[in-house]
Amino acid sequence: MYLTDRSTPAGADTEPGRRRGPGSKVAPVVLVLGAVSLITDISSEMVTAVLPLYLVTTLGFSPLGFGALDGVYNGVSALVQLTGGHLADRVRNHKLIAGLGYGLSALCKPLLLLVSSFGALGSVLALERTGKGLRTAPRDAMISLSTPPENQGRAFGVHRAMDTTGAMLGPLAAFFILRAAADGYDAVFGVSACVAALGVLVLVLFVPGRRQGGTQTLSISGGRQGAPTLSVPGGRQGVRPDEADAADADAQPDEAGVTDADAQRDEAGAADADEQRDETGAADGKRPIRVREALALLRLPRLRALACCAALLGLTTVSDAFVYLLLQRRAGIGEQWFTLLPLGTAVVFLVLAVPVGALADRVGRRTVFLTGHAGLLAGYALLLWAPATEALPFLVLALHGTFYAATDGVLPATLADIVPRHLRATGLAIVGTSQALARFCCSLAFGAAWTVWGDGPALAGSAVGLLCCAIVAGMVLRPDGGTR
Amino acid sequence: MTPLRRRLLILALAVLLLAGVGTGVVLHAASRADRANQPQPGGPTVSTGKLTLDQKGRLAFVNAAAGPHRTAVASVPSTDPRSGRIASDLKCARFYAAAGTGVCLQSNPGVLKQSNRALLLDAGLRTRRTFPLAGTPSRARVSPSGRFVAWTVFVSGESYSSAFFSTRTSVLDTRTMKLTPSLETFSVVKDGKPYHASDINFWGVTFASDDDTFYATLNTASKTYLVRGSLSRRTVTTLVQNVECPSLSPDGTRVAFKKRVLSRTDLWHEYVLDLRTLEETALAERHSVDDQATWLDNHTVAYALPTDGKVGSSDLWSVPADGTGTPRPLIAGASSPAPL
Repeated sequence: MYLTDRSTPAGADTEPGRRRGPGSKVAPVVLVLGAVSLITDISSEMVTAVLPLYLVTTLGFSPLGFGALDGVYNGVSALVQLTGGHLADRVRNHKLIAGLGYGLSALCKPLLLLVSSFGALGSVLALERTGKGLRTAPRDAMISLSTPPENQGRAFGVHRAMDTTGAMLGPLAAFFILRAAADGYDAVFGVSACVAALGVLVLVLFVPGRRQGGTQTLSISGGRQGAPTLSVPGGRQGVRPDEADAADADAQPDEAGVTDADAQRDEAGAADADEQRDETGAADGKRPIRVREALALLRLPRLRALACCAALLGLTTVSDAFVYLLLQRRAGIGEQWFTLLPLGTAVVFLVLAVPVGALADRVGRRTVFLTGHAGLLAGYALLLWAPATEALPFLVLALHGTFYAATDGVLPATLADIVPRHLRATGLAIVGTSQALARFCCSLAFGAAWTVWGDGPALAGSAVGLLCCAIVAGMVLRPDGGTR
Repeated sequence: MTPLRRRLLILALAVLLLAGVGTGVVLHAASRADRANQPQPGGPTVSTGKLTLDQKGRLAFVNAAAGPHRTAVASVPSTDPRSGRIASDLKCARFYAAAGTGVCLQSNPGVLKQSNRALLLDAGLRTRRTFPLAGTPSRARVSPSGRFVAWTVFVSGESYSSAFFSTRTSVLDTRTMKLTPSLETFSVVKDGKPYHASDINFWGVTFASDDDTFYATLNTASKTYLVRGSLSRRTVTTLVQNVECPSLSPDGTRVAFKKRVLSRTDLWHEYVLDLRTLEETALAERHSVDDQATWLDNHTVAYALPTDGKVGSSDLWSVPADGTGTPRPLIAGASSPAPL
């Protein structure tokens, strides 16, 4: 079997979630972004669900050639994410860059109707994923910036839950279309294009951008106008001769400046008025963010620690495809159930994303993040040593889904306390990219280990590695200065 | 931003418009599907009749001509393939038969996932056994004696636009009903040395008449190889590179296969390989062939090509196996040829 890891940037639509009444603890913009992700995921998963069949029955392709594309694309996708994050901060308009990403993906859907050659199809799929990479960081930054620090986990949980709901509805929609119209793959692509367009439109209409005047979108809590302007560290007037110094200055005020800002933000209590202030603040003649300044983020010790830990843990996180394959081998799951295994993980993630996110806010995100990895470790242990009972697949998938619920949204949630507001998207992208690249390396290494030692020892090696990395991460992420 | 009411109005209008467009494309596709089930003027005559796998001198195939018998297994006289088609009521995505044993791969969209099945058929096209499949049907073959059956499916790795697929090839012993779910459990000798890898894929099995030897494509590290395998010893050995979908001639001396013209493209050219000299002969077909060819006799191979200008339909063509001559249309609106 040829296996590659799907690139899962932190904040990529990984899997699961269901909307609970989020109450007033989640900013409206989070719900809007969640709706946009939900709609967009319905659209893209519709296509994904029918693609193999379409290739084989309609175009008469052997879809194997995509393997190579996928491997190459993992690296590209990670770099696109960095670019998206940095651009969003640079032009000080997260909505614009996220919108471009969603728009690019939406444009690819009707293109699918036009291409009938393998290379062109590969290019369209690559373009679609470029759009995905581009929008991830600015979207997560908007969630992050619109939410008070004590509710970050819940907000990301709500978003991921909505996102996964869409992912699960997509194949269902495709099924109904194909039932209404036999071989109606073009109809699936056409409807998918319409749904994607709707997602972009919801973003354009209801996500507050940089324009003055009205964040009363769906505003529940009318933002207090005239809240004191934030003194964003690094956003000083007057260019300093030495950028690096400015960055250093960033590193310290991170404690003072940002916490300060946070305090004010809480006091203002109006998440999106705040975002407004943040976005419109750009117009006040502040100089644009430069690459060097973005790079200087890496001087923030806590961001560096977090990015390193995400990468370290990513290096020992075996890709989903391998997990499902091993599970099938160990538990003797019938061929016909193989394609349902990802769905099991998704359901668990969907159910747990919000409660686990809220729990992370209460008991500490570091604790939950590390516990999630402990759950994954338990899953590996089951795969290695548990007898092939009826319950094994359910247990492993439950642990796998819990791992996603405890890490996928929780990791970006921790960044609110660490990265200054004007570099939030860049910071998110740095951490997300470190994790994605590490996971990609892991899948290459795991494939190689499997080749040399076989599947059991390869997984045992990963488990030992994960244990060591988790211990190191636990020490590095010591809760000092309230990273919680 | 514009007032909320206006934005909600814009949204409502857009939802109406997009829902209209979406409904339109679905209805259009549905009416096209209905038309495909109506006989078209100028199409071949297809009639329901008794079709068995032991009728000698006939060519079975999956009928793709528009009408109520679309996707049903049908047959025509080998000597006069243009004459009227006799169709059964068995519908398949892929089909093959030999010596009174048939295999039919089916695929139906399902609520949560596709439902894919392989049916083992007796000579009366009755289902003896059903096997669930892990993915989309791709190739199917029966050994010349009718004892062994093989099929290949595509398994898509993951959700989320992961553009990655793998293949799984299974072999069934119809005498003992023992199923080998994946050839990946066989030991591999590559270039004379034992070889292990996690990225091995097999596809396109073709059986020799001794009920032990088979040939197939092995893919690993982005290269494809022709392998010769032994069912009893559970081993495969690589022979030559860049060979896909091999098909063994009735006399067992040559293999027809598709060779990738350019790496990383989907362009293939059909060749015949002499197993003794390992000499390759390009066949006269100029189009890209993405099919596992079938030998009609020791001198002619048949294969499917997409019908011009019609998505999702294919025609059968035949060409001499020695590289001479020109391709000739065999049966319009057909796929999966199997000489009975």
